[in-house]
Amino acid sequence: MADIQIERVRKDFGAVRALDEITLHVADGEFVALLGPSGCGKTTLLRIVAGLETRTAGRIVIGGRDLSDVPTRNRGLAMVFQNYAVFPHMTVYENIAFGLRMQGADTTRVQAQVKRAAELLHIEMLLDRYPAKLSGGQRQRVAVARALAVEPPVLLMDEPLSNLDALLRLEMRADLKAILQEAGTTTIYVTHDQTEAMGLADRIAVMHGGRIVQFDTPMAVYGRPQSTFVGGFVGSPPMNFIKVDVTGGQAKLGALSLPAPVASGSVLAGIRAEDFALVERDKGLPFNVLVVEPLGSHALMTGRVADQIIRVVAPPDTAHAAGTEIGLAPVQQRIVWMDAGSGTALGRSA
Amino acid sequence: MNALRRIVYATGIIAICAWVLVPIYFIALGAFGGRGGVFAWPKTGLPDRVLLGAMQRFLEIEGVWEAALNSVIAAGLCMLLSIALGAPAGYALARFRFRGANLYRLLILMTRAFPLAILALPLTVSFIRIGLYDTPYGVALIHTALALPFAALITSSLFVGIPRELEEAAWIFGCTRWQAFLKVVLPLALPGIAATAIFAFVISWNEVFAASILTVRERTLTAYLLKILSESPLHYRFAGGLLLIVPSVVFIFAVRKYLFAMWGIANR
Ligand SMILES: Nc1ncnc2c1ncn2[C@@H]1O[C@H](COP(=O)(O)OP(=O)(O)O)[C@@H](O)[C@H]1O
Ligand SMILES: [Mg+2]
Repeated sequence: MADIQIERVRKDFGAVRALDEITLHVADGEFVALLGPSGCGKTTLLRIVAGLETRTAGRIVIGGRDLSDVPTRNRGLAMVFQNYAVFPHMTVYENIAFGLRMQGADTTRVQAQVKRAAELLHIEMLLDRYPAKLSGGQRQRVAVARALAVEPPVLLMDEPLSNLDALLRLEMRADLKAILQEAGTTTIYVTHDQTEAMGLADRIAVMHGGRIVQFDTPMAVYGRPQSTFVGGFVGSPPMNFIKVDVTGGQAKLGALSLPAPVASGSVLAGIRAEDFALVERDKGLPFNVLVVEPLGSHALMTGRVADQIIRVVAPPDTAHAAGTEIGLAPVQQRIVWMDAGSGTALGRSA
Repeated sequence: MNALRRIVYATGIIAICAWVLVPIYFIALGAFGGRGGVFAWPKTGLPDRVLLGAMQRFLEIEGVWEAALNSVIAAGLCMLLSIALGAPAGYALARFRFRGANLYRLLILMTRAFPLAILALPLTVSFIRIGLYDTPYGVALIHTALALPFAALITSSLFVGIPRELEEAAWIFGCTRWQAFLKVVLPLALPGIAATAIFAFVISWNEVFAASILTVRERTLTAYLLKILSESPLHYRFAGGLLLIVPSVVFIFAVRKYLFAMWGIANR
């Protein structure tokens, strides 16, 4: 039983503010991804939770216990490092057994736990090897096995898959999800890869410039971004933001007129690439197709709306050739309206 | 591998071996060849007969064994002190960011820029006062001062080469700072530390200036040989020279595994 409460945590590196009043509550057994571009403070936050980095202000409470000033070794958590940090002078077996031995577990328990963790990660046949003789993917599995062997209430992972090649990453992602779901471990998972966060997490905390800008389920973060930053960062291709003028509460998109959350002025209509229906030119928003990329499962069309470049995903057989002009009809209830100035969401259209 | 590469490779190895072994061989010839062997030209591959006389007589010179023992004491102590003081300093330089770290690094090197000759007189005076004058312990202290900068800087680069995350992982899994050092950092740094220790030993073993000034009767081997051999026949000098070289060579040979490990050559 361990939930994680991060309360108003701030971190300054000299004059640089790396974390600005971060508050985050991870429920017991929940898998939360910290997602954000490089340099936004994800690692710093994770290291503060682990006690590897000092905080400037704030509290870390795990399972109801204030751990803010408790040394790392007594926080009762496990961690998987980005570069794995597998001990090179110990066999795989000794690596996995390390945490258990430090806890003073007896031999039978050590053996049983190492065996279980190794089986979970399919590395039983590597137990006698030294890390130097392992591939990156195998080392990664050792690092995860070492963390799981102690049956930690809380698991922290810092970009654990970023050093693997694409295929291994996919495989490892599925394995991780299955293993952690079964173990019920409260997990904070740092990544800059939005597909990873979407695929793994129960909830995603999107970070930007040392703040959490949105904390929600993957589908909500994807479908209802609270700012243009989130919409642009999460999802591939990024969300389109089309600038439209509103008069009398109606936004005008080509031939279409849609209800907008403001009475007048200029707003951004955030629309996902797949949320368009292709219609005839004069029945929708005129779209000038510039490039078509057939991607197998779908086609990605890049083109111009007025003077803006947007991307549209279409079923592979309905894509139009480059140079043609068609109409787009956005799925109305999926549009996210954003303030043109601040780039923050305006609430749902009336 | 093609023939040309093999030839170049072999030539390189032979050249390097010759560079080290030929002088040693000539010294050995001089030491074992007797009075005539030193001056004989051209040198024969092997001496006509091995004359152990010079070596034997040399080893019988009064005080050689005592001097050798002094050398071992001084060098051993210098080695221990250099590691005991240098490794923590190296660790601090490698792991902690503190105000003046760069200045500290520079100061370490600066101690080597200070000429020993200037220090000699005041050192002698204070050593007499403390009672360290004319003991191998006093010599060991000075040699430690000479070896310490290297020990600190070499171990610092060793520790820098051990990823911080390894230590952090040890903390995560329940180690104190000290336990993490013992269980993770030390085993990984050990080959390098051993090499550093040998380096300190050899620095002390070879040093002659400070050792000559700070001792009168309790001379180290180098200082003692310098004194007595200047008046001895040439083949005695060769015998003494060989005796000075052999321990360093044997010592380094014994720990070559660690040196190779430090240089990244796999030991097969
Ligand atoms: N030890 C440090 N000293 C100074 N600045 C740091 C240190 N660690 C991180 N930073 C700064 O803090 C910010 C956040 O870094 P980090 O947490 O590593 O980001 P992320 O993991 O999201 O890429 C960056 O601007 C980085 O330059
Ligand atoms: Mg990072």
